Amino acid sequence: MIWLNQVVTGVLLGGYYALLASGLSLMFGVMRIINLAHGDLAILGAFFTFLVADRTGWSPFAALIVVLPAMAGIGWILQRTMFERSLRSGVLVPLLTTFGLAIVIENLLFEKYGADTRSLGPQIGNLAFDSWQITGQIFIGHLSALIFVVAVGVLGVLHLILRRTPVGRALRATAEDADTAELVGVNSRAVYAVAAGISVAIAGLAGVFLAMRSSYDPYSGPLQLIFAFEAVVIGGIGSLWGTLAGGIVLGVAQNIGAQLNPEWQILAGHVVFLAILGARLVLTAIGDRGGLAVVLGREA
Amino acid sequence: MSSYRVERWDRVSVAATAALCAVVVALAFVPLVIGANGVDKLTTLLVYLILAVMWNALAGYAGLVSVGQQAFFGLGAYFAIQLSNHGVGVYLSLLLASLLAGLVSVPTSLFVLRLRAGVFAIGTWVVAEAFHLLVNLDHSVGGVTGTSLTALNAFSAGDRRDYNYWATLGAAVVLLALTFSLLRSRTGASLPAIRDDEDAAASVGVRVLATRWVVYVFAAIGCGAAGALWLATSITFQPNSYFSVQWTAYMIFMVLVGGLGTFEGPIVGAIVFFLIQDRFGDQGVWYLVGLGGAAIFFALFLGRGVWGSVVDRFGLKLLPVGYRLRRDERT
Repeated sequence: MIWLNQVVTGVLLGGYYALLASGLSLMFGVMRIINLAHGDLAILGAFFTFLVADRTGWSPFAALIVVLPAMAGIGWILQRTMFERSLRSGVLVPLLTTFGLAIVIENLLFEKYGADTRSLGPQIGNLAFDSWQITGQIFIGHLSALIFVVAVGVLGVLHLILRRTPVGRALRATAEDADTAELVGVNSRAVYAVAAGISVAIAGLAGVFLAMRSSYDPYSGPLQLIFAFEAVVIGGIGSLWGTLAGGIVLGVAQNIGAQLNPEWQILAGHVVFLAILGARLVLTAIGDRGGLAVVLGREA
Repeated sequence: MSSYRVERWDRVSVAATAALCAVVVALAFVPLVIGANGVDKLTTLLVYLILAVMWNALAGYAGLVSVGQQAFFGLGAYFAIQLSNHGVGVYLSLLLASLLAGLVSVPTSLFVLRLRAGVFAIGTWVVAEAFHLLVNLDHSVGGVTGTSLTALNAFSAGDRRDYNYWATLGAAVVLLALTFSLLRSRTGASLPAIRDDEDAAASVGVRVLATRWVVYVFAAIGCGAAGALWLATSITFQPNSYFSVQWTAYMIFMVLVGGLGTFEGPIVGAIVFFLIQDRFGDQGVWYLVGLGGAAIFFALFLGRGVWGSVVDRFGLKLLPVGYRLRRDERT
C-alpha cells in the first residue's frame, strides 16, 4: 500500500511539473527558444509572492493578483529587450542569452535575500499539511490536490486559448511559420511578446506552488528547469497535454525512487528520462532503416 | 591582370605561431623565475584556457552548445581520486582519468548527439546531474562531503606546485595543438558546415554524426583533464563544486568574450576571465552578476567577441585554421 501511496503522490506531483513545463513548452513551441532561465523565473515568482505577502499581510493566494500580471509584464519586457534580438541570430544566441539571464537572476536574488532557504508553507496554514485519508495508507494532501487541479485548469485554459481564440490562432500560425503569418496580417512581434508573457506568468505560478509545498532558495532555479525540461521531453516536445503525461511519469519515477532509497529520488527521474530518450532514439533509428523487420534481417 | 591564390599561412601568422611556440618554451621555465603565488595563478589560468578551448571547439565549431561539460570536469577529478586510491601513481592517474572521462562520453554521446540545439543543451545538463548524483552516492569518495587527493602528500608543497604547473602546461599545449590540427583537418573543415546547415552538409557527403562525435569525445577528454588538474592543485574533491554548472558558465563567458568560433578567441577570453577573477573574484555575488550580464551583452551585441572583432576589422589570423583567398597583383 505504501507503494500505491507513492504512485498517487507522484501523479499529483506530476501536476506541479506539468505547470512548470507548460510555460517552457509554450515558448519553445512558438519561438523555438529553450529558455534556460525558466526555472529561475519561477523562483523569482516565489520570492516576489513572499515579498508581497510579507509587506501587505495578504495570503500568498491573494498576492498572486499582483504577482501574476507582474510576471507576465517581466516576460513581455524580456521578449522585447532580449529574446527578440537574440532570435535574429540563429539557435546559439538565445541559449547563451537566457543562460546569462539565469546567472543574473540567481545572483541578484542571492544578493537581495541571502542564502536562506524559505517556504511559503507557514503562510497558508493548515493547507500545507492537511490531507484526506483514502484508505489505510493512502493519503492525498490538500495542497497537492489543489496544485494538480490548478495545473489541469491552466492546461485547459491554454488549450482553449490556443484552439478557440483569435490570439490562439495567431500564436499557432506564428509557431508554424512566422513570415507567412506576417503576410496575412499577424503581428508576430506582438504574438511573441504574448507567448513570453504567458510563459513567464505560468512559471511564476509554478514557483509559488513550489514555495508552498516545499522550500526554495535563490539557487533552486536550475533544478526546476531540468524537471520542467524532463517533463516536456518525456511528454513529447510541442504537446501541451503531453507535459501533463510527462510530469506524471517524472513525478511517479521520483517517488518510487525515493521509496527505494531517499538518495535516489532525483536520480530516478533522470534515469527514467534518459531511458525514455534512449528508447525513442532506438525506435527512430529502426524507423530510419525501414522498420524492425528489416533491421532484424527478416525482410529484404 | 590579377589572379587569386588560396593560402593558409602568411607572414603574420608564421611569425605569430613562432612567437607562441617561444612563449610556450618560456612558460616551461617560469617556476624557476617567479614565486609560488605566480606559479599557482598561472596554473589556474592554464586550466581555464583548456576549458575555454574545449568549449569553443564544441559550440564555436561544432555548434554544440553544451551546458553539461561539468560532467567530464567532475568525472576527471573523480577518476583521478579513485585511480590514485587504488595505487596508481598520482600524475599517471591524472592522465588516465582524463582518458576515462573521454571513455564515459562514448555511451553518453549516443543519448545526446542526436538532440538538436536547445534540447541538446539541457540534455547534456541532465546527464551531468545524473553523473553528479551517482558520484554523490559513492561513499568510497566520501559521498556529498567529498575527500582529498592524499597521494599528493608524498611531494613537498613546493615540488607539488611545480609538478602541477608543468603537468597543466603540458596538457594545455597538447590539447591546444590537437585542437589546432583537428580544426585544420578534413573533420575540422566539415564542422562549420554542419554548424551552419546540417542538412546541406549531409547532402554534400559530410558524415554529420561521426564528425560531431569526434569533437564531443575530444572535448570530454579535455574537460576531464582540466578537472583532474584542478583536483591536483586544490587537493580537495567535493562533488557539488566539481559538478557545478558554474564551470560551464565560466566556459561560456570566456568563449563569448574572446570570440566564439575563432581559434585565438578562447585564449584571449581565458586571459580576460583570469584577470577579471583575479581583480573582482572577491566581490562574490556582484562579480557573478557581472559575468552573466557580460555574457548577455556579448551574445546580443558583440557576437564575434573581442578577438572576432579584431579579425573582422584587420583580417588578422595569427593561428590559421581556415583558408583564405588572396589576390595576386601581377602586371
